[in-house]
Amino acid sequence: MKNSTYAACVVASAFMFATPVLADATAEGIAKYREALAEGNPAELWEMRGEELWKEARGPKKATLEKCDLGQGPGVVKGVFVTLPRHFADTGRVQDLESRLLTCMETLQGIPADEVAKTPFGKGEQKNIEALVAWISAESRGMKFNLPMAHPEEKRMYEIGKRAFNYRGGTHDFGCVTCHGEDGKRIRLQDLPNLTKGPDAARGFGSWPAYRVSSGELWSMQRRLNDCFRQQRFPYPMYGSDVTVALSSYLGVTANGTVESIAPAIKR
Amino acid sequence: MAGPMRIRAASNGTETEVKILMSHDMETGQRKDASGALVPAHHITELTATHNGRVVLAAQFGPAVSKNPYLQFKFAGGAKGDKVNVSWVDNKGDKRTDEVVVA
Repeated sequence: MKNSTYAACVVASAFMFATPVLADATAEGIAKYREALAEGNPAELWEMRGEELWKEARGPKKATLEKCDLGQGPGVVKGVFVTLPRHFADTGRVQDLESRLLTCMETLQGIPADEVAKTPFGKGEQKNIEALVAWISAESRGMKFNLPMAHPEEKRMYEIGKRAFNYRGGTHDFGCVTCHGEDGKRIRLQDLPNLTKGPDAARGFGSWPAYRVSSGELWSMQRRLNDCFRQQRFPYPMYGSDVTVALSSYLGVTANGTVESIAPAIKR
Repeated sequence: MAGPMRIRAASNGTETEVKILMSHDMETGQRKDASGALVPAHHITELTATHNGRVVLAAQFGPAVSKNPYLQFKFAGGAKGDKVNVSWVDNKGDKRTDEVVVA
């Protein structure tokens, strides 16, 4: 008896959500909730620490990151977030913000990059990277993505990212495209951005790093991608590896010139 | 050592709006760690906000308050350049005090 009542409720609510007006009201309600959250986004606490860390002499070389070149010249932080990943002549690689930070930490501060890459998220130096990316991304808040595509390596990484995005495999035959290739999809109450299109790609790519209310942690883009791999039942990618950078290149270039970056955002 | 608070205070002439973001784990004492042992409660118990030395808000916090809490309130009076001082104490005796100038 109980079960049938429950089933009736489920059917009734399914009808409710099928009505477009109510669906809009729901979306509006969620949007209001997000707005209320954003008012006191704890990502700001990471931003504050990130700014301090940038100027703090650390590592075996007792140096700051103030000479770090994130693509707009040594020490320039404003606006760099919306131009990454990009090609760097000194390393000969296309790098995203986090892999570039690893380079800077190693060359300037003497902190071994491979050890940081092996550190689990939320521990040790990875904690510092969270703070740094929060601050660096905040310095580009309100700017539109403008990733360069002039260098052949940048074009190559974009193409690889596009292929990786559309690649389906694993036990569930999943790919990024399974959840993020169509308009108007959602999982439970989470709207899924269609990452193959400009404005949605900017909304998706331009909101990470983000503070996750459910876990009280700040997730970087690398961590977000790592979790996408997990959800697809793929093996975890290496931190800062080429495939993760390629995916970011694809998302970033797709986002170019559309919607402003709001990172670090706040997520459920 | 607790991280600094992020405080904003803005006056519109008649009242001052204060927004506080605190950095705190706010452990409830109900959660278990990976080995199944209870994580001890660790949360803010008291919070006091003063305006030029006068208490404008005193609050008691419990384990139901979220991690990295956000608090917003208004008080009558206050002018640009005044000082708003916020301090909290947690159940382990850890303290933190931060001050901001009203904008």
